[in-house]
Amino acid sequence: MEYFLQQLINGVTLGSIYGLIAIGYTMVYGIIGMINFAHGDIFMVGAFIALIFIVTLGITASLPVALLILALIGVLIVSMALTAAWGWTVERIAYRPLRGSFRLAPLITAIGASIALQNFVQISQGARNKPLQPLISGGFTLTDGGADGSGFIVQLSYTQILIIVVTVALMIGFTLLINKTSLGRAQRACEQDRKMASLLGINVDRTISLTFVMGAGLASVAGLMFLLYYGVIDFYIGFLAGVKAFTAAVLGGIGSLPGAMLGGLLIGLIETFWSGYFSVEYKDVAAFSILAIVLIFMPEGLLGKPEVEKV
Amino acid sequence: MSVKSDNFFMDSVKDAAAGGLIALALFAVLIGMKAEVASGLGGQLGIVYRWGAVAVAVAIVFGGRLLLNLFVWKADTPVTQTAGSLLPNLQSFAPLGKYAMPIFLVLAVVLPFLLMSAYGARGSRQYLDLAILVTTYVMLGWGLNIVVGLAGLLDLGYVAFYAVGAYSYALLAEYFGFSFWICLPLAGILAAFWGIILGFPVLRLRGDYLAIVTLAFGEIIRVVLLNWYEFTGGPDGISGIPRPSFFGIEFTRGEGGFADTFGLEFSSIHRIIFLYYLILLMALITNFVTMRLRKLPVGRAWEALREDEIACRSLGINTTNTKLTAFALGAMFGGFAGSFFATRQGFISPESFTFIESAVILAIVVLGGLGSQIGVVIAAIVMIGGFEFFRGLEEYRMLVFGLLMVIIMVWKPRGLISTRNPSITLSGKKGKGISSDLVQEGHG
Repeated sequence: MEYFLQQLINGVTLGSIYGLIAIGYTMVYGIIGMINFAHGDIFMVGAFIALIFIVTLGITASLPVALLILALIGVLIVSMALTAAWGWTVERIAYRPLRGSFRLAPLITAIGASIALQNFVQISQGARNKPLQPLISGGFTLTDGGADGSGFIVQLSYTQILIIVVTVALMIGFTLLINKTSLGRAQRACEQDRKMASLLGINVDRTISLTFVMGAGLASVAGLMFLLYYGVIDFYIGFLAGVKAFTAAVLGGIGSLPGAMLGGLLIGLIETFWSGYFSVEYKDVAAFSILAIVLIFMPEGLLGKPEVEKV
Repeated sequence: MSVKSDNFFMDSVKDAAAGGLIALALFAVLIGMKAEVASGLGGQLGIVYRWGAVAVAVAIVFGGRLLLNLFVWKADTPVTQTAGSLLPNLQSFAPLGKYAMPIFLVLAVVLPFLLMSAYGARGSRQYLDLAILVTTYVMLGWGLNIVVGLAGLLDLGYVAFYAVGAYSYALLAEYFGFSFWICLPLAGILAAFWGIILGFPVLRLRGDYLAIVTLAFGEIIRVVLLNWYEFTGGPDGISGIPRPSFFGIEFTRGEGGFADTFGLEFSSIHRIIFLYYLILLMALITNFVTMRLRKLPVGRAWEALREDEIACRSLGINTTNTKLTAFALGAMFGGFAGSFFATRQGFISPESFTFIESAVILAIVVLGGLGSQIGVVIAAIVMIGGFEFFRGLEEYRMLVFGLLMVIIMVWKPRGLISTRNPSITLSGKKGKGISSDLVQEGHG
């Protein structure tokens, strides 16, 4: 039971990170119907920018707690802005010229952009792992393993709490943004019918750009969380995280924001439980097999709308 | 007039400056500050500042954008147009297209002899190796072209079948001692079998879902190969895979070897030449089969499926079976190419079958122009040849590769060869190519 609880906590944490990345996929897919293959690498870029600022500012665990939190918020805001700039640039260079072109063209440029980003970071930052000393240590001990110390110790670290809280806060903020603001309305309109939206005076190009900017911003939050949680990053983390986040988006029903979050949580849980109870090596296989099974029996995902094919 | 040109120049400069500013924002952190594990800090990260590199990168963006603005994007007569008018009109090349295939073919057949006479046995080795590599990618491109180009199914995990083919041969040779010529058909059959197993459940899915499932499948195969240590050797791979023989005659020195049998002086280049002709033959068979199948009902069904799946279904075409044949055939050729890869390298490991390989093959097909056989050849030569050409740049070449993929696609979204030859025409006349503006992809 204790073991289960621990895996549950770990799974939810991991799932939050996947969910944040998955939102970027699902929004872009919803609005222009393409798989933004470079999104995983945007996440990686976000993690690197956060790492560089943390090291530059000399943020370490020895700072007073209040200062540490303030500094991390500062790093988060700056890296969100810079990562968003990367997202915007990728969209501007690789996707916008191909709008209205045939379906595979933007996918190829997306793969190209993904390869380019990965190698750009590899060259500019070096191929070696970047280890970061843990910034936030300690946590709550939920069960102390019994009086004789033989039981399993369940821990909920402050980092995990931070990740879950930030994710929930961002999700709430984001849902409000989509549902209540004029930008959100413009986005939903573009999602339904781009031509009609532009006839009604919505700047479609700008809306799509903003979608990419928001997705990249969330990905950079995920990047910082990943960095805090694992404490080590390299230029290759974007690929696998990206594929899994996309899996999460598809699992939850692509185009649906709560679906992306739910899918992210599920993928995180599946992965953690699989590594906890069966084997670590095949955790990716488990996640992908679930994807295949869901798609076969429920092609629209868990929360997606069934798509009607029109002639 | 002068006012206009003034504005024009100022606009260009402003635009380029904006581009430079964005580049500064992008590059300042990622290029300017390198997080490095400093040796003096006890394994902790330190920052190395490189503002000079940032200045260079920003200057390149500014200058490049300014030049493009001045001469291409905002100019009254873009340079590209002027340059384009200097070259003969592309339409006048159309009759040449008919001869392109035979010319390529003849060139491909005599290539080893040309190289041998130009560089000698020793010097031509590296060029032949490159030719073999390019031809392998041509074959893979043609195989994937059946799936993506003809049937319109987006497959992001094609390398999985390549891996199945390679490992089939390597494992069959290792455990049962089968020779290459027995394993080649077996590898193809096994790969096709995997194609069917994978395809059966997922082919009912829409295009993009199919893409992601095939991608996932490619990763699964790789992860299994990587972790099933007892059977596949895991990350160590399989080494000592037997080399192919010339129909039973080994390429060895001395009695009974290839050189001895044919009264030639022994040279290691014989095997390379043999491998080259082998892959060329396999590629040509792939092409031949594809071109023939295009004219059969199943091939026409593929292309109809690509254009409009709903129309196909309403005309009574069994879409699942049609997709499945395309998928299995594409997988089979991938398997053949895979077992050739295994025998050429003599060593395989999961490293060779990463997603990047799938992306490269797909890029060859799409950049060449979907469904165009000759386009695949051109794209393979440009991409793989260019890739090797940039070998001197070492670490930069994957970056250049990625950027080139973006640039070529933005420049020619339909691929290099974007006209299509109809597989059937009225009144038996040789039909003209259909321009790309007239064809529309379905959502297979």
